[in-house]
Amino acid sequence: MGLALALALIVAPEDADQGISQRIFYIHVPIALTAYFCFGLGAWKALLLLWRGDERYDLESYVAIHQGTIFGALTLITGSIWARASWDVWWTWSSNQLVLFLVLFLFYCAYFMLRFSLEEGPRRARSSAVYALFGVVLIPVSFLAIRLAEDFIHPTVFTREGPQMTGTMFATFCVSWAAVTLLAYVLYRVELAGKRLDADLRELREVLQ
Amino acid sequence: MSWSQAELVAAAYGAVFVFVLVYVAIIAAKLVRLQRETAELLELARDRGKAELRDVAPVEAAGEA
Repeated sequence: MGLALALALIVAPEDADQGISQRIFYIHVPIALTAYFCFGLGAWKALLLLWRGDERYDLESYVAIHQGTIFGALTLITGSIWARASWDVWWTWSSNQLVLFLVLFLFYCAYFMLRFSLEEGPRRARSSAVYALFGVVLIPVSFLAIRLAEDFIHPTVFTREGPQMTGTMFATFCVSWAAVTLLAYVLYRVELAGKRLDADLRELREVLQ
Repeated sequence: MSWSQAELVAAAYGAVFVFVLVYVAIIAAKLVRLQRETAELLELARDRGKAELRDVAPVEAAGEA
């Protein structure tokens, strides 16, 4: 993370068009991609739960979606700040990618409402898994929205001709992406270990009392 | 209120930093709770072990006599 921050804030050259505000790109885009990945992972674990019936996938799916929601919130916050810097507005409803990402984020926020409204057990695990799988449809739609709708407000950096930036900028982006992915992975493992330990302790307490 | 570009960049990176910090603080608080619960359960298991030993000891003494 330290290397990524140093590259993004000091080493990477200033963008000729956007100036210093373009540096938000190095944190905003990796966080957004990580949020998509976490939601995708949550859906994959949900599919494994429905397919194999192993209950450990329920907790893994839940933790992945929880991570996705945190990174999704950060995507919206950093995106909003970047919008203020570039377009002079905090939010615009005319950009399909922004609105679709908000829909995806709210969809997975509702996942927690569904999950915590049901009694703990196999029924809750299956219902949550089905809901998580429905949400996965929104991921490619949100990701490709800018290309599908030909929306020119939100910039397209990665085109068929490759990344539209210099080598240093692209290297900075790759390091930032690796750092954010590693951070997400560490947070996922720590949260999952905590939740498993919590469940084991609850079971142990029931046995002892 | 007008914000300079540099302030907005600092705000974006600062928001991420604060989020991660809050998340780590929540996880740390949870770990402290789990540690306390583990200690409580360990105490409970020890008390139970001692009680079982006390129950067994008089029976053995009676058998020897």
